[in-house]
Amino acid sequence: MTFYLLQALNGCAYGMLLFLLAAGLSLIFGLMEIVNLAHGGFYLLGAYLGLSIVRWTGSFWLALAIAPLITGGAGFLLEWPFLRPLYRRTHLDQILLTFGFAFVLTDLTRWLWGAGVQSLPAPRGLDQSVVILGTLFPAYRLFVIGAGAALALGLWLGLVRSRLGAVVRAGVANREMTQALGIDVAAVFTGVFVFGTALAGLAGVAAAPILGVFPGVDFEILIVTLIVVVVGGLGTFSGAFWGGLLIGEAETFGKVLVPQAALVVIYIVMAAVLLARPAGLFGGRAR
Amino acid sequence: MGEDRRVASRKAITRRTLLCGAAGAGLAGAAVAGIGSPAARGFGVPAVLAAAPVKVGLLVSYSKVYGQLGEDITAGMTLYLDGVGWTAGGRRITWIREDEEIDPQVGVRKARKLIEADGVDLLTGIVATPTAYAIRDMVHNSKTILVVSNAGGNLLTRARRSPYIFRVSFTSWQVSAPFGKWFYDNVARTAVLTAANYGFGTESLAAFKETFVPAGGRVTGEVLPPLNNTDYAPYIAQIQKLGPEATYNFYSGSDAVRFLQAAQQYGLTKASRTTGAGFMVEQDVLPAEGAAALGIYSPLHWALTLQNPENLAFTRAYKARFKRDASVFAMQGYDAARVIVEGLNRAGGNTADKDRLVEAMTAVRFASPRGPFEFDPNTHNVIQSVYVRQVRQVGRDIANVAFVNLGRIADPGK
Repeated sequence: MTFYLLQALNGCAYGMLLFLLAAGLSLIFGLMEIVNLAHGGFYLLGAYLGLSIVRWTGSFWLALAIAPLITGGAGFLLEWPFLRPLYRRTHLDQILLTFGFAFVLTDLTRWLWGAGVQSLPAPRGLDQSVVILGTLFPAYRLFVIGAGAALALGLWLGLVRSRLGAVVRAGVANREMTQALGIDVAAVFTGVFVFGTALAGLAGVAAAPILGVFPGVDFEILIVTLIVVVVGGLGTFSGAFWGGLLIGEAETFGKVLVPQAALVVIYIVMAAVLLARPAGLFGGRAR
Repeated sequence: MGEDRRVASRKAITRRTLLCGAAGAGLAGAAVAGIGSPAARGFGVPAVLAAAPVKVGLLVSYSKVYGQLGEDITAGMTLYLDGVGWTAGGRRITWIREDEEIDPQVGVRKARKLIEADGVDLLTGIVATPTAYAIRDMVHNSKTILVVSNAGGNLLTRARRSPYIFRVSFTSWQVSAPFGKWFYDNVARTAVLTAANYGFGTESLAAFKETFVPAGGRVTGEVLPPLNNTDYAPYIAQIQKLGPEATYNFYSGSDAVRFLQAAQQYGLTKASRTTGAGFMVEQDVLPAEGAAALGIYSPLHWALTLQNPENLAFTRAYKARFKRDASVFAMQGYDAARVIVEGLNRAGGNTADKDRLVEAMTAVRFASPRGPFEFDPNTHNVIQSVYVRQVRQVGRDIANVAFVNLGRIADPGK
């Protein structure tokens, strides 16, 4: 029993990382109807920036605070000069552009940080293990679960209670009507895109002590994130949260219960969810 | 600069065909080439060396997970070729580099391009075993000499071997089989085996068992995560459930880093003794693993701190030139270049007579940074010493220290 409880905790930590990734992607899609395929690239950029900041300053917390800001800045550099002129074009054009930027980010990070596998140690204090249910469990993973849940709550409150959140939700629900009310939708688009990419950067730093940092992790993580977003429901915040947890648990228990088929378990879950609810777990309610 | 060389070598093909046997630095060839080849003059190469250059195709991964391996192999080759002035057998050496992309289909396409369109005289590199298997028939049928500088699948020395394929790196058997007996005598009588679930991983475990089980060892469980796995926590928990005295593992690249970090965080490296094929703690991943790797025993055919004059010279020159420590992959690139150069020297620079060149290369033997280097005449796979190493704190760095030589190991392929 304790074995399975611990595995559930493992799945929870992994699911929180997936939530951080999916939240940004989903928010951007919900408002702008753009699947940002460069999301994994921003994740990798955030992770590498975190790595450098830790090397210069020695502080993980500084990295966790600053790397997302720079990543968000990079998101601005993609949205404002490149994506904005394409809003009147088809979705395919927009997706191709973000896909192109995914490769640009891959090469840029490789050029700046090299091709080797690197890792970011967990911050002091969280780099040890604590005893839970008679077994060792890494303190950093507990931190990821706690911080992820707190962030989810904060974001949800911001989205539901604040005026800015209301504007974003209005934009998701009906873009033209929001514009007619005198709200500068283009500025909101930029803001949400920057925020979404900053979240990807945050996920990059937070995941680095668990998943490592190396070329290729960007596309690896992009695929799982897309699955989470599809399962949770495109463009819904709750979908990103519960979808992340579901996929995190599904992957963990898939590895434990059917190790031979571990790779297909999350696809089976995705197929099952889509059969039961074609719009995803939370799709259709918010749209 | 690379472009100049390519242009020069394209011109050289027609010249070589015209002059037929004169390619081996005949006077007439040298004179004509001297006139028609501004690149050769630009490099300040003596007229004798201006005969048609030997074209070497280098096919390694420069992207994705194994990008660093390709760069290390290239750097090792560069270091050796710089040392001999990019000449062998009286001819200049040029290379054309391609990215294997760890995709056998891409590998086949690039190999075909190098062999058929570029007309390379020799092919070298190949990081991934599936690529090696995929291009094997093409290489064999076109009688292109291939010097493999990494891919270690056993079959290339056994059922799928070819007289035209030389391997300067290792087979999975060569690394893991000698270690099983040593593990039984020095680490533990029982073991849990874990590996990335793909050809090389399972081959490594099978090789370990070949000597561990007959010695009296008992395997109490096997755990096989998929290749390029993301989160290792569930697998670590499964291993812990088996309560192993010790483990033998095969992981490389990002898998090795993720596995070891999780193993340390969940207390597995403390509760049981961790060992693994040397790639798990080699220089490309060791800095990222840091303290998680301390104390781990691993077999491999080289170590950064291996004490012999050739290795001291090699590791110093490499660090001075590339500002980073050498790795086993860099060493393999260095030796691949040496095999090509010494083979060409023995064959007098003649790349047209393939069988003579094969014979010349088979006879190449020298003192390598890894210890004495020679080819098995039957399989053209390297015969080499395999060392037991331990990750220790050496001054301010963490490094592998070789402390036992398990002897000269030849793959059992015949």
